[in-house]
Amino acid sequence: MTDVVLRTVNLIKRYGARLAVNDLNIEVCRGDVFGFLGPNGAGKSTVIRMILRLVFPTAGDVEIFGRSLRSAGQDVLDRIGAIVEKPAFYGHLSAYRNLEILGGLRRPVPRSRILEGLEQVGLANRADDRVKTFSHGMNQRLGLALALLSEPELVILDEPTTGLDPQGVKDVRDLIGQLARERGMTVFLSSHLLHEVEMTATRMAVIHEGILRAAGTVRDLLGNGDAVVAVRTDRPEAAVRFVEGHGGYPTAERRENGFALKLALARVPDLNRDLVQAGFQVYSLVPERSLETYFLNLVGD
Amino acid sequence: MVRLVWFETIKTFTRLRTYIGFLAFGILVPLVVAGLKMGGQRAFERNLLAILEQDFIIGGNVLNGWFFGFFFLGALWVHVPIVLTLVAGDQIAGEGDAGTFRFLLTRAGSRSRIITAKFIVTLLYTAAMVLFIGVLTLGLSLAVFGSGDLLVVKRGLVVLPESGLPAHFLLAWGLAILSMFVVSSLCFLFSAFTDNSVGPIVATMAVIIISLIIITLPFEMFQAIRPWLFVNYFDTWQKVFDDPIPWGDILRNVWILLGFTALFFSITLAWFNRKDILS
Repeated sequence: MTDVVLRTVNLIKRYGARLAVNDLNIEVCRGDVFGFLGPNGAGKSTVIRMILRLVFPTAGDVEIFGRSLRSAGQDVLDRIGAIVEKPAFYGHLSAYRNLEILGGLRRPVPRSRILEGLEQVGLANRADDRVKTFSHGMNQRLGLALALLSEPELVILDEPTTGLDPQGVKDVRDLIGQLARERGMTVFLSSHLLHEVEMTATRMAVIHEGILRAAGTVRDLLGNGDAVVAVRTDRPEAAVRFVEGHGGYPTAERRENGFALKLALARVPDLNRDLVQAGFQVYSLVPERSLETYFLNLVGD
Repeated sequence: MVRLVWFETIKTFTRLRTYIGFLAFGILVPLVVAGLKMGGQRAFERNLLAILEQDFIIGGNVLNGWFFGFFFLGALWVHVPIVLTLVAGDQIAGEGDAGTFRFLLTRAGSRSRIITAKFIVTLLYTAAMVLFIGVLTLGLSLAVFGSGDLLVVKRGLVVLPESGLPAHFLLAWGLAILSMFVVSSLCFLFSAFTDNSVGPIVATMAVIIISLIIITLPFEMFQAIRPWLFVNYFDTWQKVFDDPIPWGDILRNVWILLGFTALFFSITLAWFNRKDILS
């Protein structure tokens, strides 16, 4: 039997007349890196806030480790570490003091554990500095240190790479993989970036306008559908003429060192083969799929 | 709970805004005492003693430190709420404004425990502020104007012997603290309604000012609602300087002040436990 660590049961949240989350049912199993994907305003943060009991559902329930949040209350959150939106700390206190206070609300955290957590995110040398002097990226890393401080079984990360520089984004993605692989944690990762989920998650759910649009493994959900494929070849002008004259391919758009065309992902190998057989040298074929095009495919609009 | 209170104490007493009130009164009171010494005391002699001497023979150091300590307590108890609201109004709203509730509430055992810890620290701050003002005003007054019996002019003339005055003042400060607890707990309640700490400060002061106007105006309709307004019990501390001390009235007012404090705190808890944290 699969060990479900997080389940939403017919979850509904209404703000006045606006339905923010509509009858949401998702399951996150132990060991998953679960991508929770949706554009801005889709309802992702509202769902996360309901999971963390910051916002109360209008109807439905959340089960964490098999216990109902509605009946068990706040204690269920003991095994969860989370960052919701932009991490916010007490700016007038040091990084160490922030972790001591926010990490020690249920039980005291040993000094060595706090220093270890700061070390893990590269902030050991800033432990005594006031957090108001930190950059956004440093706040994000401090948030991660706090979320992981109590060695949680489930880590919820809401847009964890927002505002980070490229190295920071890579570090966070590496850390997410490491949490699942090496420390056996289950990760719930919310993002509006399709490629972020594609690169880090094993299973995913897609939410749009508060409604669950798709759920399953990343391979099943992202392995199909259309994408704009960017092709780099030698003789790009000739390659475009070849593709358009070949039949079976849509009109191509000329780009620097190549061209791009919208294509079913399953046909990318065919395009590669046809170009090579026609004597073109293909340097790269990159499916460029935005969340917008993914949604258009998904909702059939 | 002790650890939560300690954490809230650290958060509160490491912020600059917590010391604005101490700083303000720390500057204001010595200035007023200096002003009294350099001429203000004579105004008291003209306006108060001259009238009393028409009917009484007054000897000794009447305008002494105890007298001015009593005078300050009477003059400042309307102003103290302003500085109390600076901290009380920020206790909940400040966390909402900063977004720190997102961490705080997901990592805490319960919302009630967090709010209770915050409330305890708010009351500690309130007590510290009132005691600071009391000790500062009385200490400076005694140092500058010397000691003696206390002359209290209130629907008559009462002279309290010096030997009993420390106890009178300690009791008065205790009652003043209870009055200010009501102010802080009201502001704390307003703080739970919003994520902007200016709102609770303005709302609390508005309630106090309107209530003071109502209890001051001699209209029959206003007099009927007077017992229901907490400002009606703000001057309970003054009863300690009556002779004899009306213990029954004081005890009844203590329960009323505690009742208001408990009521405001209970509403805060009930409201905050169901509040959606959207900031």
